[in-house]
Amino acid sequence: MKRRIFMLGAAALTAAMGLAASVTAQAEDKLKVGFVYIGPPGDFGWTYQHDQGRKAIEEALGDKVETTFLENVPEGGDSERAIERLARSGHGLIFTTSFGYMDPTLKVAKKFPKVKFEHATGYKRADNVTTYSSRFYEGRYLLGQIAARESKKGVAGYIASFPIPEVIRGINAFVLGAQSVNPDFKLKVVWVNTWFDPGKEADAAKTLVDQGVDIITQHTDSTAAMQVAAERGIKAFGQASDMIEFGKETQLTSIIDNWDDYYIARTKAVLDGSWKSEETWGGMADEMVHIAPFTNMADETKAEAEKTMAAIKSKEFHPFTGPIMKQDGSVWLKEGEVADDGTLLGMNFYVKGVDDKFPQ
Amino acid sequence: MIENILLTVVTAATPFLIAAIGELIVERSGVLNLGVEGMMIMGAVFAFMAAQVTGNPYVGIIAGIIAGGAFSLIFGFLTITMVSNQVATGLALTILGLGFAGMVGESFVGLPGIKLEAISIPFLSDIPVIGRLLFGQDVIVYISFALVVGTLWFLFKTHAGLTLRSVGDNPSAAHALGISVSKVRYLAVLFGGSCAGLAGAYLSLVYVPQWTEGMTAGRGWIALALVVFASWRPERIILGAYLFGAVTIAQFHAQAVGISVPSQLLSALPYIATIVVLILISRNRRLTLINTPASLGKQFVPDR
Repeated sequence: MKRRIFMLGAAALTAAMGLAASVTAQAEDKLKVGFVYIGPPGDFGWTYQHDQGRKAIEEALGDKVETTFLENVPEGGDSERAIERLARSGHGLIFTTSFGYMDPTLKVAKKFPKVKFEHATGYKRADNVTTYSSRFYEGRYLLGQIAARESKKGVAGYIASFPIPEVIRGINAFVLGAQSVNPDFKLKVVWVNTWFDPGKEADAAKTLVDQGVDIITQHTDSTAAMQVAAERGIKAFGQASDMIEFGKETQLTSIIDNWDDYYIARTKAVLDGSWKSEETWGGMADEMVHIAPFTNMADETKAEAEKTMAAIKSKEFHPFTGPIMKQDGSVWLKEGEVADDGTLLGMNFYVKGVDDKFPQ
Repeated sequence: MIENILLTVVTAATPFLIAAIGELIVERSGVLNLGVEGMMIMGAVFAFMAAQVTGNPYVGIIAGIIAGGAFSLIFGFLTITMVSNQVATGLALTILGLGFAGMVGESFVGLPGIKLEAISIPFLSDIPVIGRLLFGQDVIVYISFALVVGTLWFLFKTHAGLTLRSVGDNPSAAHALGISVSKVRYLAVLFGGSCAGLAGAYLSLVYVPQWTEGMTAGRGWIALALVVFASWRPERIILGAYLFGAVTIAQFHAQAVGISVPSQLLSALPYIATIVVLILISRNRRLTLINTPASLGKQFVPDR
C-alpha cells in the first residue's frame, strides 16, 4: 500500500515539474531553440518580452524550429543545471536571459562546444557564446529628462533590483538626463533585491510616495509600481513592456524591450550556418529599444522628448557624453568625450548627482 | 506620513498573518502542510478571475477561499486517507499549485484588477493615527484580526479546540477515546487551505490588484516559518507577521532617506529571526513540550 502511494506522489511531482518546465516533445530534423527565463512569461515585463521574442521565432520560421522554455530559474547554481538540461536534450541554440546566468552559461558552453549560446546583458563571451543586450540607458536618459520637466517637487523615486552594471547604468543615465534639465533634481533609490515580487515592488513604490517623490521609475519586472502610482495620483514610467493599461492617467511613457527581430535573425543564422560569436548591443537606432507613446505630459515636454529621441536615434547624441564627474567628484569624462562600451558594460560607480550610497 | 507608513505595514503583514493562522491550526492537528505557497497562489488566481468575470471583488474573496480549500483537500486525501509522506506531498502541492495557477490564469495576465475598497467604520476611523489603521481597512484585514481572536478562543477555550490539540499531541490516545482523528485532521487541513486561499485573494485583490504568475513570491514559505517563530501560539503570530511586515517597510524607508543599511541582510531578516527562535525554543525543553504538537508530521494509521 505504502509503496504505491509513494509512487503516486512521485508521479504527481513529476507531472508538476513537467507543467512548470513545459518542455515540448522532440523532433529530430528541427532546430531546437531553448530559453531560460528568470521569471514567469506572465510577468508582463522583462520575461514577457523575451517570451514574445520566442513566439516571434516560431511565427517567422514555422516548422523549421521548435522552441522550449524553462521559467522561474534562479540565478546561480540552479541555472547551470537548467541550461545543461537544455543542452543535453538536443537544443542547438540556447538563450539565457538574465545577467546572473553569465558564468553558468559559460560553464555549460565549455561542455557543449557544438551548441550555440546567447547570453543577455552579460560581458563574457566564448567561441560558442554570444552576448546581446539593449542600450536601455538611451531610454533611461530620456525618462530622466521627462521626469525633470514633469516633476513638481523635483524628486523622483527609482525602484532598483540588484547592484549590477545594467542597473547602475540605468540610474546614472536617468540622473544625467534629469540634471540636463534641472541641475538640482534629486533621485531617491530603493533596492528591493529581487527582479520580480509584485508585493515588494508595491511596498517600495508606496515608501517612495510617502517619502515625497512625485514620479516613480523602476528596474524591476512587474506592473505593481504603476498601480501604486495610479492609486496615489502621481506619475510613473513603465518598464520592459507598455504598461498603459495599468495607469491610463499615470504612465508618462515606457521603455519597451524589442527582442523579436534579434531572435529571428540569430535563429536564421544558426539555420544557414552563418552564426558567429559576437557582441550585440543595440539601441533605439537598431529598433531594440522602443519607446511607448508619450502620454499624460505637457506638450512642451513631449516636443523636447521627441527631439532628444531623434538625436539619440540618429547617433548624433550619446547620453554618456562629457563632462561627467563620478560621485566622489573625480573626473570621468572630459568635455566632449564619449564613454566607451567597455566601461559602460562594466559600470560600477555612480556619477555625480546620484543621491544614494553606492551599494557594496 | 507615519499613518501612511503604518498602513503599508498592515498591507505587508496581512497575507502572512492569515496564511500563518491557517497553517497553525493544521499543525496543531499534527499535520505539516508545506503546500501553503501552492494553496495561496491558487487563491490568488481564482480570486482574481472571479472578480474580473463578475466585477465584484467580494465574489473574488469567496472564490479564493474555495480554491485554497479545495486544493488543500488533495493534500488531505493523499496524506490522511492514503497516508502518504506529508513533507513530500506538501512540496508537490506547492509545485503543482504554482504551475497550475500559471496555466489557468494565462489569459488574465496584463489586466488591471478590481481593488477591494476599504470599509471605514464611522467615528472610530476618525481617531488620529490608529483610527484609519484599525477601523479604516478592507474586509480581509478585519477578518485577519477576527481570525487571531477566534483561533485563540477556539484552541484554548472550547472543547473542540481541546480535541484538535489532543489529536495533534497524541492521535492514538484520541483515537482510543473515540475521536475520529482523520475527520479532525481533514477539517484542520481544509481550514488551513481556506486561510491560504484568503491570503492569496488579499494579494491579488488588495496588495497588488493584478494577476501575474508566481506573484506570491515566497510568502507561503514565510508564513510557514512564522508558525515556528510563533511557537504555535496565535497571539505570537500577529506579533511575528507585523514584525516581518514592519522590517520590510522600515528597510525601504531607511534606504529612501539615505541611511545605509545592507539591504541584502534586511531581506534575509525574517529567515534569520526564525532560525534564532528555533534555536532558542529547542534549547528550552519545557517550552517545546508545552506548545509543539507532539505528533507533528507523523502519519496516523488506526489499528484495525
